[in-house]
Amino acid sequence: MLTAEDKKLVQQVWQKISGCQEDAGAETLERMFAAYPQTKTYFPHFDLHHGSDQIRGHGKKVVAALGNAVKNLDNLSQALSELSNLHAYNLRVDPPCFPLQLLAQCFQVVLAVHLGKDYTPEMHAAVDKFMSAVAAVLAEKYR
Amino acid sequence: MVHWTAEEKQLISSVWAKVNVEECGAEALARLLIVYPWTQRFFDNFGNLSSPTAIVGNPKVRAHGKKVLTSFGEAIKNLENLKATYSKLSELHCDKLHVDPENFRLLGDILIIVLAAHFGKDFTPSCQATWQKLVGVVAHALAHKYH
Repeated sequence: MLTAEDKKLVQQVWQKISGCQEDAGAETLERMFAAYPQTKTYFPHFDLHHGSDQIRGHGKKVVAALGNAVKNLDNLSQALSELSNLHAYNLRVDPPCFPLQLLAQCFQVVLAVHLGKDYTPEMHAAVDKFMSAVAAVLAEKYR
Repeated sequence: MVHWTAEEKQLISSVWAKVNVEECGAEALARLLIVYPWTQRFFDNFGNLSSPTAIVGNPKVRAHGKKVLTSFGEAIKNLENLKATYSKLSELHCDKLHVDPENFRLLGDILIIVLAAHFGKDFTPSCQATWQKLVGVVAHALAHKYH
């Protein structure tokens, strides 16, 4: 459960990356495809080369969705409801906990790369909890 | 037997050469205890773990973090023979320490984040991919003797 402090920290992190959110999305996906090739199986229709427009575009979408979640930390279930449906019924990504863990790891790495020392253990913990909460909501409709 | 390409070996050793084992080890262990507080159960005799600040400043955490990462360095010297290298440590973690191997995976992921924070853009996607493979293989070797 996200405490008030966690929510503050997540919002702070989001503030800190507000200038480079688009890059963050593309970089997260790129790192995920490099480190966890099995995640490419969900994107057979994408050009997965470095710098591809599709990765950029999709990265932007992912970060926008996370940003929306950050704005609605008190009501993640409702905010992510559509996306939850999409992942469960249309995309049928394996129960989100696993692939989303991989995405979350890469997102954390991108935050660490960009924020360096400023990415404190407290922020790291809060973001980890946030990403787990997002994964849990996305998994709600699975069965 | 895990296969390492020349490029992967290069990415591992070039990053490792620049790692301050004491600092990174301390930071990785502290973050494990902060981000996944249940892991504190393995460190009952470490004294004050009551807050992130206490954990980060705790001398036992620092010392143990250094120990853990030094051991990781042994793995890097023995990439072709990890299971043998970690055989005794694996038995120790199972029989004496009673650590669920899932925690090795958590620590590995945290180490990657610590490296990313230290090396910034130099910690490229290829670097990360190689190191994720490395921490996975180390975790696997550490779990190998579990029964």
